[in-house]
Formats: sequence, structure tokens, C-alpha cells
Amino acid sequence: MSRRRSLTLAVGLTLVLIPAVAVIVSFFWLPFSPDDTSGGRLAPPGGGHLLGTDKLGRDLFTQLLLGGRIAFATGLGAVGVGGVLGVSLGLLAGFATRWLDDAAAVALDILIAFPTLLLAMLIVAGAGASLGTAILAIGFGLAAVVARLTRVLVKQVLSREYITAARVAGISWPRIVATHVLPNIGPVVLVNLALQTGLAVLAEASLSYLGLGTPPPNASWGRMLFEAQATVLTAPRAAIAPGVALIALVIGVNLTADGLRDLADPTRRRSR
Amino acid sequence: MTDPILEADHVGFTYRGGAPVLEDVSLAVHQGRNVALVGESGAGKTTLLRILLGLARPTSGLVKFDGSPLTRTRLRDYRRAAQAVFQDPYSSLDPRHTIGRIVAEPLRGLGLGTDRDRVTDALDAVGLPADTAGRYPHEFSGGQRQRIAIARAVVCDPRLLLADEPVSALDLTTRVRIVDLLASLGVERDLTILLVSHDLGVVAELCQQTAVLEHGRLVEQGDTAAVLGAPSHSYTRKLLASVPRLPS
Amino acid sequence: MSLLTVDGLSVRDQAGTSLVDDVSFTVEPGDRTGLIGESGSGKSLTALAVTGLLPAGLTASGEIRLGGVDMIRASERRRTAVRGRVASVVFQEPLTALDPLMPAGRQIAGPLHRFQGLRGDALRNAVRAALDEVRLTDTDRIARAYPHQLSGGQRQRVAIAMALACRPELLIADEPTTALDVTVQAEILDLLDRLVATHGTALLFITHDLPVVANVARQAYVLRAGRVVESGPTLDIIERPTDPYTRTLVESARRFDAALGRDRD
Repeated sequence: MSRRRSLTLAVGLTLVLIPAVAVIVSFFWLPFSPDDTSGGRLAPPGGGHLLGTDKLGRDLFTQLLLGGRIAFATGLGAVGVGGVLGVSLGLLAGFATRWLDDAAAVALDILIAFPTLLLAMLIVAGAGASLGTAILAIGFGLAAVVARLTRVLVKQVLSREYITAARVAGISWPRIVATHVLPNIGPVVLVNLALQTGLAVLAEASLSYLGLGTPPPNASWGRMLFEAQATVLTAPRAAIAPGVALIALVIGVNLTADGLRDLADPTRRRSR
Repeated sequence: MTDPILEADHVGFTYRGGAPVLEDVSLAVHQGRNVALVGESGAGKTTLLRILLGLARPTSGLVKFDGSPLTRTRLRDYRRAAQAVFQDPYSSLDPRHTIGRIVAEPLRGLGLGTDRDRVTDALDAVGLPADTAGRYPHEFSGGQRQRIAIARAVVCDPRLLLADEPVSALDLTTRVRIVDLLASLGVERDLTILLVSHDLGVVAELCQQTAVLEHGRLVEQGDTAAVLGAPSHSYTRKLLASVPRLPS
Repeated sequence: MSLLTVDGLSVRDQAGTSLVDDVSFTVEPGDRTGLIGESGSGKSLTALAVTGLLPAGLTASGEIRLGGVDMIRASERRRTAVRGRVASVVFQEPLTALDPLMPAGRQIAGPLHRFQGLRGDALRNAVRAALDEVRLTDTDRIARAYPHQLSGGQRQRVAIAMALACRPELLIADEPTTALDVTVQAEILDLLDRLVATHGTALLFITHDLPVVANVARQAYVLRAGRVVESGPTLDIIERPTDPYTRTLVESARRFDAALGRDRD
């Protein structure tokens, strides 16, 4: 791996793992109870409050950690939904021939034409705002993009002579998919999914900002940003904290995804 | 005379709503007599090969294996008897599998067990050392990859090898070595070859019988010496005249 | 003065591996020279170095004088002036050498417009004349067609038309017929032969195919692992090869040639 790539990967992983560890710790210990409003409204850092308090008197750092749980949950959940759904659809479309193939291609293109956020908003507006619907909604949006990528990759792999050789060797289609198709499309799809994780986190924050994400009193960085708008001049901390956290995580995810690109290159495998 | 191992009986192929790709093609491969299928692009060689490999069904006529029609139930037996080598050594090996896994694939697919010795034997038969099995395709040159592909094709001890332009993508000196390998395998393992090729020199070296395909029809067929030495069809003559010759 | 002088050309990659090692040859105006080699011989890299088109990461040393310009050290502007006007190239794979998104006629018009300043009707007529010259007589249909709508032979003819559009003094052909059917190959070689003779263009023909180069080039250089191992009149190389590698090449070619010849009596 080139030095630049290793550096990218290192920085990316750091930016992702630090909040990840903090979020995991948060399940065992929180500096303050989430409902504790004793700190005084918008108080500056001090008295145990690392970042001060929000407009309801709750510890800002605790809210940040809780928001982090939502960010990771949505990021991983949406990408999980999008990945499984997208790869399945993409596989089917990749194997489709003639008219079915054309129909699949058109359907996917239409789905992709919807901005992920808009699609998510429509679904949430219809199904009601909650963490679950947000994850599903964003997941569906991602699925279309993943499906289109998968379809193209599957078609490329199917045109290779080693697939024909496998058929002549008597290997069944399901086994061909498991041993030849998936391993060859896997790395590229995984890198793409890693990139989509950043989009998923941003999408959740946007939904929450618009009031369509996880409903209060659950914290979400997006909603924290929304609530901090009114007091941004008097207590900018309340906006800066979730903002920086969001930016750092998304950049970290993107850098990690970029650093992982080398995984997709089969010539890097060493002999046993 | 015994039945031919493989036979195309008035095979025709047309895509739905399209022009015929193959028309009334009949040819037979007998044990011990290598057959060449000669033709240029658009002649239908690839389609015919796919049909002969059981990967596609002819729209008319049928394919016979050991004298009887090749049906789905006989497909597995057929594959144990007939394997293939393809043209592009950079496309016919899965880059994510080890050589050992690649060569053993027909054993797995045809229910013949996973005997590592058979893999080593196959690699040895094509002149590659046993430790090749643990390495990956990208570590090998075009000629070596073709050897690996041939090893995969002979690992289940077939009687017939269908080779689709096996040396076209190779350098001249490598071409000679692979042609020699195919010839010696034919003798050592009692292997008959159906060679699809546009290279008349290779055809002349390897095959006793030649069939010429033009626009989906067999225009000439017979002993290689006769077809190439005294061609009766104008297309065959044109083919021969086009081959660049060394000054004598 | 020679049209092309290559003197001690060496090409290295970033790791310092030598890909072309001290290669020297000359091409006089009107000459037909062959570069014979298999894959890894460095023949294509030599052609790229000659036209100043080496990919990034490779460095060339030595001297290359093409039409008086030092193709290794001259500025990109001066090298661009040489390409097309003094020397142009026909590559092996016409599908990738032509722009897939542009009709053939427009691609030929490009160099004609650039070098001869033609436009409008004059340009259209020149394109038709160029297509005619390469025996693509259905000129209007071909001019409007995209590369994927043409056959391999037709694409290669278009590529040749483009290369010769500006009457270069040297045509470099890198395996121009390797990807083509044998009957098409014969036609393209015939075409090249005729055009080069008509316009007095010099030809640098790069190939691994001995019978082909024997019929095309008067003199040849045999490359192996980046070095010239033998050179001289092509017929001499084929009939009396001195280098062991060349001998192997010739024997291999003779094997297949003889197999054919045996049956032809």
C-alpha cells in the first residue's frame, strides 16, 4: 500500500474510532443522566460539564454522546439495509437478460434520480418519524445506488471466461455466484458501501434537522444543530459541538473508505 | 467403426428475431483424430463451440455424445469426458482463487472428489511445479496461465479437449511450446482435440481433420492435408492465400 | 540527414528497472524498417518514446532525433509539432485508438483541419478523399458511423486514414494487424504497402509476426528484453540468423510455415 494511502487510512480510522469508542463507553457510563437539567441553561464548561450545558440545562457532552449513538446506528443500519437490498437487487438485475435487463436498468435509473434525502423524507413523512423509519428510508435510497453498481459489476464478471470455465466444470449457478461472482464484486461494493456510510450519517442529520428523524427527547446531532440555531450567537458551543462531531465523523468515514480502495485490487494478494 | 465422441448433427442456431448464426452444421470427432474448426470472426465458431459444450441449445439439429443425443441428464457424464480451454489466459482464471483451487474446480463440480494428488499430476503434466498450486494467477505470464488452464481441463482425465483459439493470444515462441504440449498430451493421455482456430499453421500442425466455417455454414471439410493442400472451396482458397508466408 | 535517429535509447521505470536498454537504429526517408519482438521486448515502448508519448513514470535517456527534433529533451510544444506532421502512429487495437463517441468522419477531419487548415466544403471533400484512399468507398455512411458500428478492418482503415491525413514523413505501425482476421490482415497490409509507396512515406513496422515483417520491411531489428540482439536486411535475418534468440524465433515461424507448406504441394 502506498504511503499516502496508509496515512489516509490511519487518519480516517482515528477519526472514526475515537467517537466509536466514546459511543461504546456511553452504554456503560455517561457523565450525567440524559434527563438531568440541573446544570443551568447554556452554562459554560465547568462543574463537571466538559462542554457546558444546552438550552434545557442538560450536559452537552452527554447529549453529544447520545447523538453519536444515533449517528452510528443510522450509518451502520442504513448501509446494512442498503447493502443487503442493493446487492440482492443488483445480482438479480445482473443475471437478467434482454427485456428484463432493460426494464431493471430503467427502474434503477429512475430510483436513483430521486435524491436520497428526498426519498427518505417521503418515506418518513408517510411512515412517521422514528429511528427505525429513518434507517429504512435512508437504506432504500442507498439500495438503488448499490444495486446499479452491483448490476454493472455482475455483468462484467459474468462476461469473464472463468465463469464459462466454471460452467463447463459442472459448477452450479448458486455455487458460481458464491465462489466467483460475490468474491470478485465484493471489494468494490464494500468500498462503495463504506463511502455511502458517510452519506447515511449526513442524511440522518439532515432528517433530524428538519424534524423528520428521531423524535425528541432522543438526541441527534442534526436536531442539536437545529435547536442551537436560536442561541448560536450567545452560546455557539451548542452548535459547534455537534457540527464538529458530524464533520469529523463523515470525513473520517470517507478517508477510511478511500484508504480501503487497495482491498479491491486482487493483484495485491500474496501467495500462501 | 465406433461412435464419434462428439457429433454435431445438422445443427442450426438463430437468435430470436435475428439472422441465422449457424446453418446445417454437421461434423464428427472420432477418438484419436484431432479436428480443426477454421473460420474468421462472424463465422459462428464461438456459438458452435458453446453449443458443443452444452452451454446453449441449438435451434435446430442436435448434439450427440458417444452416439446418443446430449440431454440434460447426460450432461455430467459428458463434462467428465469433454473439457475446454479458452482463448484469453487473462480472463479464464479467477484472479481471487489460488491455482490449486482453479485446477481442482472440475473435480469438485463433477463430483470426483478433492484429491490433491490429481491436481499435482495435472500441473506436472503441463510442466508446472507442485508449489504452483498455492500461488495466484497474477504471478504468471500468459503462456503459464494457458498451461494452468490446460491443467484444469485435463485434471478429470477427459477424452476430448475443446480448445478455443488456445494460442492466439500468445507470443510466437510460447505458441510453439503450447502446441507441443497439446500434441504430447494428446499422445500421453489419449486425448482428442477439437481445435477452433483461425491460425492455419497451428491447424496444420495439430489436426488431422479440418472443417471450414464461413458465415455459419461449413463450406469444406475433410483431411487437413486435402483441405489445406488442395482446397475446393473459394473461401478456403482465399484463407490460404491470405496467410503471410516466409520467403523460401 | 536521417528521418529518425535513435541512439542509445534506454527507458527505465520508477523502480529503476530497465525496460529498453541501449537501443539504436535509424530510418531514412522512404525506408521500410521492422522492429521484431515478442511481449516484454520493449518494442512498443520504443515506438512511444520515439513519438514522445511515454506514459508518466517512465524516463527515457539517450537520443532520439525525429525530423531534427530531440524527442526526449524538447519541449512538449515542439514535440506536438512533430506528431502528425513528421510522424504519426497506427496502433494495434482500433477499438481503443478511435474515440468511441465521435463519428469516423469527424475523427479524420480533426487532423485535416489542424494541419491543413481546411474547413467547410473543402474539409468534407478532404475527408471523403481520405476514406476513398483507404478503400472505404461507402464514404458517406462510414463518415457518419461510430467506431462500434464498424468492423475491425474498417476501423483500422479509418485509423490509417487519420494517420496519413497529413502526409507524415514517417508512419509508425505498432502491430496494426494482430487483432484482425487473416483475410482482413492481408487486405490491410496490402493497403499500407500501396499507400506508403504512393506517398513515399517511411514505415516503421512493429510486430512479432515474422512472415508479416518479411513481406513488409527491407531491414529489421530484433528486440529481446529491451535490447537489440540482431539487425540487418530482413531476408538475411530470416535465412541466416546469428543470434540464438533470433534463431528460436525463426525456427518457430518455420515450423508453422512448413506445416502449411507440406500440405500445399
